[in-house]
Amino acid sequence: MRIIFREVAQSLRRNASMVVSVVLVTFISLTFVGAAALLQMQIGQMKTYWYDRAQVAVYMCTEVSPETVCPQGEASADQKAAVDAKLKSPTLSAYVEKFYFEDHAAAYAKFQEQFKGNAVADYVKPAQLNETYWVKLKDANQSRIISESLNGTAGVEEVRDQRSYLDQIFSILNAASLAAIAVAGLMLFSAALLISTTIRLSAFSRRRELGIMRLVGASNFYIQLPFILEGIVAATIGSLLAGGAVVAIVQFFVQGYLAQRMPFTNLVSLGDGLLVVPMLVGAAIVLAAAASGLAIRRYLRI
Amino acid sequence: MISVSNVTKHYKGSPRPALNNVSIEIDKGDFVFLVGESGSGKSSLMRLMLREDVPSTGSVHVLGENLGAISGRRIPFFRRKLGVVFQDFRLLPNKTVAQNVAFSLEVIGKSQGFIQEAVPDVLRLVGLEEKADRLPGQLSGGEQQRVALARAIVNKPAILLADEPTGNLDPATSEGIMALIERINLAGTTVVMATHDRGIVDRLQKRVIELRNGEIIRDQRSAGYQKNPTGKIDTNFAGLEGGAN
Repeated sequence: MRIIFREVAQSLRRNASMVVSVVLVTFISLTFVGAAALLQMQIGQMKTYWYDRAQVAVYMCTEVSPETVCPQGEASADQKAAVDAKLKSPTLSAYVEKFYFEDHAAAYAKFQEQFKGNAVADYVKPAQLNETYWVKLKDANQSRIISESLNGTAGVEEVRDQRSYLDQIFSILNAASLAAIAVAGLMLFSAALLISTTIRLSAFSRRRELGIMRLVGASNFYIQLPFILEGIVAATIGSLLAGGAVVAIVQFFVQGYLAQRMPFTNLVSLGDGLLVVPMLVGAAIVLAAAASGLAIRRYLRI
Repeated sequence: MISVSNVTKHYKGSPRPALNNVSIEIDKGDFVFLVGESGSGKSSLMRLMLREDVPSTGSVHVLGENLGAISGRRIPFFRRKLGVVFQDFRLLPNKTVAQNVAFSLEVIGKSQGFIQEAVPDVLRLVGLEEKADRLPGQLSGGEQQRVALARAIVNKPAILLADEPTGNLDPATSEGIMALIERINLAGTTVVMATHDRGIVDRLQKRVIELRNGEIIRDQRSAGYQKNPTGKIDTNFAGLEGGAN
């Protein structure tokens, strides 16, 4: 074992520039992988947070609603009672956790608060804002049941699942994280090629020794091990740097910068960042072992 | 000990077989010269015995192993029972004489304690104990071949395969190397040596197998040839000590 480590240290020194490039490439590619993983975690967290709060809105007709859907204008008390009754009926109540009615005054108050300081807040009148039944479902995936049974009911302007807004945001975030993964994949591929080239060079410069080792009966494992360890050492250094970068991103950018500017958003924590580090190190070890193991194989043909 | 039966070896791209239906039996303690011109099949035969290659047809048994059926994992362990030397010595230029010999023991996992005892012993046997700390580049050809021999026998192999061990040496130096190989044989190690050097073959009066175009044309036990009387492998070279100057 001592001898193997001596060989590894010697070889790392001899190929210093190649080793540095392996370290850098694994560092950068795994930083991408880590960032993509964090972004996925962030999306997951936001999804659970927001989907949990997302409700189905049953917008009632107002005097300014388009005539095609609301021919009679403002929804009448009877129409509202009908919607109320439908939501309470056995068919729908099985899916509904709770619902409440928001009248013009409440909608106006909410609007004033949301658009405080905005010029539109001065122009809008309570009667222009929809009265709304806010429906919280037992299972957020079943919003279609509500919309199918209430859309087209007299006095209902529109049934809208709030998740449809969220889905747009999430699909953008998802695309970003997929792009990061794609870049990371390409970089990992080039890292694997670089590792195997480095190991091949290293084996070539030691082919005489390898030949003698085989001649005197060194086992394949013994011959292979220094090269595989060499690849693993270089890639592990790179992955630790990448882990450091990911933790630094969480600590200084997400928690330090984003958290101050987005106080009500549930952001990934340092713990999540630390969780990514062993994942990166593991990926680096597997990648390096596979790449260098394959590269050295042709020197082991007996 | 070594049994080659009906071996034919074809190489890709060559119409004529390198070995054509060759059968040889070599017993414990034998000393066998393989002679023949370049391309006669000597080296191919050596490669088969070392399991660097497998025959196209026929079988090779060495030390009780069927080399056609041996698994890749077991080949290194098989080779530990053989010693090999070549015309070009194959020493590591950046390691000293002692380190070169020690290297072959290190890579097969011998303990440091064993190595520290075995290496000076074998260097004394080949007459190089004074030069243990020299690099191969600082030695003469004959001395380098002695290092190679030391490395080949330090693990006390049952068989020594020597491929043109005197090919790069002048006659006087060759004689010293042959004396050493003879001593190794007398200690019980089976020796198979490929050579071009008729002078050495005639003088030593050992069994001679001559190959031409991949076929055996002569297998002759010379008049002076005597099998190792005990027939038993003496794995201890102690009896040879100090005799190799």
